[in-house]
Amino acid sequence: MDVVIDLAAATLRVATPLLFAALGEVYAERAGVLNLGIEGTMFIGALTGFLVGYVSQSVWLGLLAAVTVGVLAGALMGLLTVTLGLNQHVSGLGTTLLATGLALFVYRLAFSAPSVQPKSPAFSLLEPPAALGPFASLFKQYGLTYVALLFVPLTWWVLYRTTFGLNLRAVGENPEAADTAGVNVFRVRYAALMIGGALMATGGAFLSLAQLGTFTFGIVAGRGWIAIALVIFGSWHPLKVFGGALLFGALSALQLRLQAEGVAIPYQALLALPYLVTILALAVAGRNTSYPAALLKPYRRE
Amino acid sequence: MNVIEMRGIVKRFGVVIANAGIDFDLAEGEAHALLGENGAGKSTLMKILYGLYTPDAGEIRVRGRTVHFSSPAGALAQGIGLVSQHFSLVPTFTVAENIALGYTSGVRFDERAAAVAVSATAARFQLDIDPATQVRHLSVGEQQRVEILKALHRECRVLILDEPTAVLTPQETESLFAAIRRLVEQGLSVVFISHKLDEVLAVSDRVTVLRDGRIVSETPTRETSQASLARLMVGRERDTTPYVTFGVSRSDGAVAGPPLLRLEDVHALDDRRLPALRGLTLTVGAGEIVGVAGVAGNGQRELSQVLSGLRHPSRGRVVVGDDSVEITRATPAEVTAHGVGRIPEDRLAAVVADLTVAENLALEHLGEFMHRGRLDREKMRRRAEALIAEYGIKASPDDRARTLSGGNLQKLILARVLSRNPRVVIAAEPTRGLDVGATEYVRGKLLEARDRGAAVLMISEDLDEVLALSDRIAVIYEGRLSGVLSASEADPEGLGLMMAGRSQNPQISQMDTHGSNDLRPSAPSADFPVGRD
Amino acid sequence: MLRLKLEASAAPAWQRGLIPILAVVVTFALTAALVVLARANPLEAFYYFLIEPFTARSTAIEILVKTTPLLLTGVAVAFAFAAGYYNIGAEGQLYAGAIAAAWLGPQVSGVPAIVAVPLMLIVGFAAGALWALPPAWLKARLNVDEVVTTLLLNSVIVFFASALLNGPWRDPISGWPQSPEIAASAHLPVLLARSRLHLGALVGVAAAIAFGWVLRRTAFGLRMRAVGLGREAARFMGVNVARTTLIAALVSGGIAGLAGVSEVAGIHYHLIESISPGYGYSGIVVATLGGLNAVGVGLAALFIGLILTGALEVSRALGVPSYLGDVVQATLLLVTLALLLLSRYRLRRV
Repeated sequence: MDVVIDLAAATLRVATPLLFAALGEVYAERAGVLNLGIEGTMFIGALTGFLVGYVSQSVWLGLLAAVTVGVLAGALMGLLTVTLGLNQHVSGLGTTLLATGLALFVYRLAFSAPSVQPKSPAFSLLEPPAALGPFASLFKQYGLTYVALLFVPLTWWVLYRTTFGLNLRAVGENPEAADTAGVNVFRVRYAALMIGGALMATGGAFLSLAQLGTFTFGIVAGRGWIAIALVIFGSWHPLKVFGGALLFGALSALQLRLQAEGVAIPYQALLALPYLVTILALAVAGRNTSYPAALLKPYRRE
Repeated sequence: MNVIEMRGIVKRFGVVIANAGIDFDLAEGEAHALLGENGAGKSTLMKILYGLYTPDAGEIRVRGRTVHFSSPAGALAQGIGLVSQHFSLVPTFTVAENIALGYTSGVRFDERAAAVAVSATAARFQLDIDPATQVRHLSVGEQQRVEILKALHRECRVLILDEPTAVLTPQETESLFAAIRRLVEQGLSVVFISHKLDEVLAVSDRVTVLRDGRIVSETPTRETSQASLARLMVGRERDTTPYVTFGVSRSDGAVAGPPLLRLEDVHALDDRRLPALRGLTLTVGAGEIVGVAGVAGNGQRELSQVLSGLRHPSRGRVVVGDDSVEITRATPAEVTAHGVGRIPEDRLAAVVADLTVAENLALEHLGEFMHRGRLDREKMRRRAEALIAEYGIKASPDDRARTLSGGNLQKLILARVLSRNPRVVIAAEPTRGLDVGATEYVRGKLLEARDRGAAVLMISEDLDEVLALSDRIAVIYEGRLSGVLSASEADPEGLGLMMAGRSQNPQISQMDTHGSNDLRPSAPSADFPVGRD
Repeated sequence: MLRLKLEASAAPAWQRGLIPILAVVVTFALTAALVVLARANPLEAFYYFLIEPFTARSTAIEILVKTTPLLLTGVAVAFAFAAGYYNIGAEGQLYAGAIAAAWLGPQVSGVPAIVAVPLMLIVGFAAGALWALPPAWLKARLNVDEVVTTLLLNSVIVFFASALLNGPWRDPISGWPQSPEIAASAHLPVLLARSRLHLGALVGVAAAIAFGWVLRRTAFGLRMRAVGLGREAARFMGVNVARTTLIAALVSGGIAGLAGVSEVAGIHYHLIESISPGYGYSGIVVATLGGLNAVGVGLAALFIGLILTGALEVSRALGVPSYLGDVVQATLLLVTLALLLLSRYRLRRV
């Protein structure tokens, strides 16, 4: 039983960055923009959080800085895909390459070739009240994890119960209709990308600021791409995306556990498992009817 | 009291003068028709009123006050609404969400409250609609009603309807006219843009005729007639027969040869996996043109795709030629190889815009220009030059297809198709969007193909065109043929009824399924559906 | 009120020729800020980036050495893009080819080079094509978006390589994650004495020439271009879109696999985890900059090769982190795209 609770706790922890990133991507894609800059945004979010945290010795400043950088990354995607109307695939990859390159450059500039891994202050796990008894360890999480969980119903509410959400969904399905109805398509897409960027960068910052307070070049390791898959997998719906994130969190947690137990399978196989499962899921899911109809099409006023 | 006054409106697009100094009045509580041919300037004038365009000169007064609109938001604020031919609806949203879009206030959006408000508006104007239905599940007529409701919900007192009946069945048109009358009785003003004389006479109180960007007349409807309106519209007394043949002649009395195209009980699903064709049976013989008439959305698209090899029927067969080659599950390449020439309704989906004219002409038959994998570009160019000359295409072989006008593009497609002497020609909306000259040319070519012995199946939403060119006419309704007649038996009213699902004649004559004069009893026609089930 | 409107109008050819130059200028202007941040002079950096590499034999040849894998991945990606297939998986396909080369290499020690080298190339091509097959098949049959699937498979094969290098292929003596040395006969012959320039460069040139020839001079190439430029119209005109896409994707994967062979058999002579510092992704930059035509791709590959070499020089001479090269690449890509778009429009007063 303990094992199950521990795994559940690990699942939540591991799922947190995925959840942030995937929810961020939901905003973007529901507004009609495929944001492949997600991987780079997470990476530069991780770097920014760590660097600012290290320099200022404050996790909160680090987090704030990461969020800011995320917003800027979203704005860049907006400039490329909305204002300029460039191909979304290449814009996203360009953004990822740019953000990654910038992050590496700045890191190398700040720490030339450290023999000792530099460390920043980090978030610590919140201790749960003892009254929870055996379930206590399930609630031993970072504050940010609870924030991520909160964003699930929050995102649902924004999309389906606010004017902004109505406008955003309209823009993602039929931007001409939204435009005619007086919705500012460009502004909505920019907003969606910037909110998304903030969330993605937070996911990245979680990786560097939670637990260890370090930054490595492999810190994101393709989680951005998994988040993209999760969004498709979850039919662009925040609740289903949450389910997907939990599933992948569980798989990854399982992999870590098995690795710790010294199971004979090379750990890389377990690392690869989520990716393979995603591809399988994509093959099975096929073309969803909930595909935002205007996804990938730039909008230009005649 | 005039609710709208437009004075001296001038609008130019480059060298084209769309409105050349127009004065237009709209009174309160009237239905005012704006009549004119394609390009007369009616749509432009109303788009100016709705704030989509700014006039180069002139002024607009709403209830006596001068206004300037920089966008539709300004017009809407003054209570002016526009329902255009292309709906601005989000298919996956409900009716309530669509109407609420852009009209909500505050951060929260409460769908239930919106639905209640929409129902209230609908009840006020007696427009029947369920706010909770997703728009994509509504019929075209119902979607139009949602568009109208959108304007009414925003407290519009002026409603502009741009060619509203283009996509409606006759029955839906009746509903619309009744709705317009109710609106007018409640004191709203409706501008009805149209080029259809009978509708204008049926629904309007006043009619203004535009020609070449100018007003030529403005009269109360009861003081005018179809004939005089027609004369004003085109500047000469027009033949009052409702269809114009553009001077293209048909050799009457010709008898069709052996069947070259047979559709047998064809069933097919559309993109949403709903039935689009439900047991369509038709035969086209050599040397005849069979025109398929019908309101858009009754399966024409799917029929065209089935015949092109782009969609496989779920049941039934398609057979070509006197050697009865089955092409039911053929690919587009195979269909072409079996002598079927296809002129699709969407020109842009039949040419690759960024490839050259020569490449587009050759792509369907690359085998001829290939030598062990290598492309013979010289041969392609020579063939292109020959076809350009023969079909009068105003382009050179190396021009990109993107630079061609609609008419030249259609000529390119005709050249590609007809130069191979296909025994069957499928033409879908062959003259859509073309000017008079190009239209005449295309129709002439179709007649030529027919005279050469090809079996031509023409699918067209333009009833005039069908009446002008066909030897036999079939009417498609909800995926079935509601009637097949010879051209001499057909008249617009009867066809209109069939287009709405009802057949005049419950018993089909022997001429219907087979074009020949063969009077031997055919297979029992009980499986040939007539009218609604 | 001043109202502006964008009007589509193709810029005259001479203007289009200016774009690469303008793109480079704008890119360096934008990235100058980073140079300043590193406490160096932007103009000096510019010099070290673009000019200094030509001044010494070793660095000039190094440009060609760096260009080799870029040319191969650039052609690979361009080939797929021309057919409308977004092969983002060149990186993974490169690894596949590298793994295959590392597997075959040690086994051909008795075989003469004239047989071993072509064999290595064939095996590498096949491995790359094989790795490109699953996403291509999913796209052709089930219309699954290839961008996501190819991206995900990149990660998978890098994991696989890591598992091999840390497991069965780990060097037993040193313990480093590197595969056994390939046989001498499997080495790609060096082209210039005292340099690292190897046969891979010629393979790259051959691939580029083949790419150009196929695209312009064969029926298949015309069909590919039709699919890439107008999928539905191509389908209407009888082109077998699924099969054309599949073949384009497989050939693309194969050429990327050749890039892997090039790195293993031409440079390192064994497989290491960092066999590719993102050549597959740079290939996308090269293909886009090169405008999907053979000559353009060749020039773009050379230019990026210059950038990568120059970045090291800038780092050596001025202490600016060499990652500047990555930033310049990405910026150049985005700036070029933006300029290409703007060149198709004119601002008019309304």
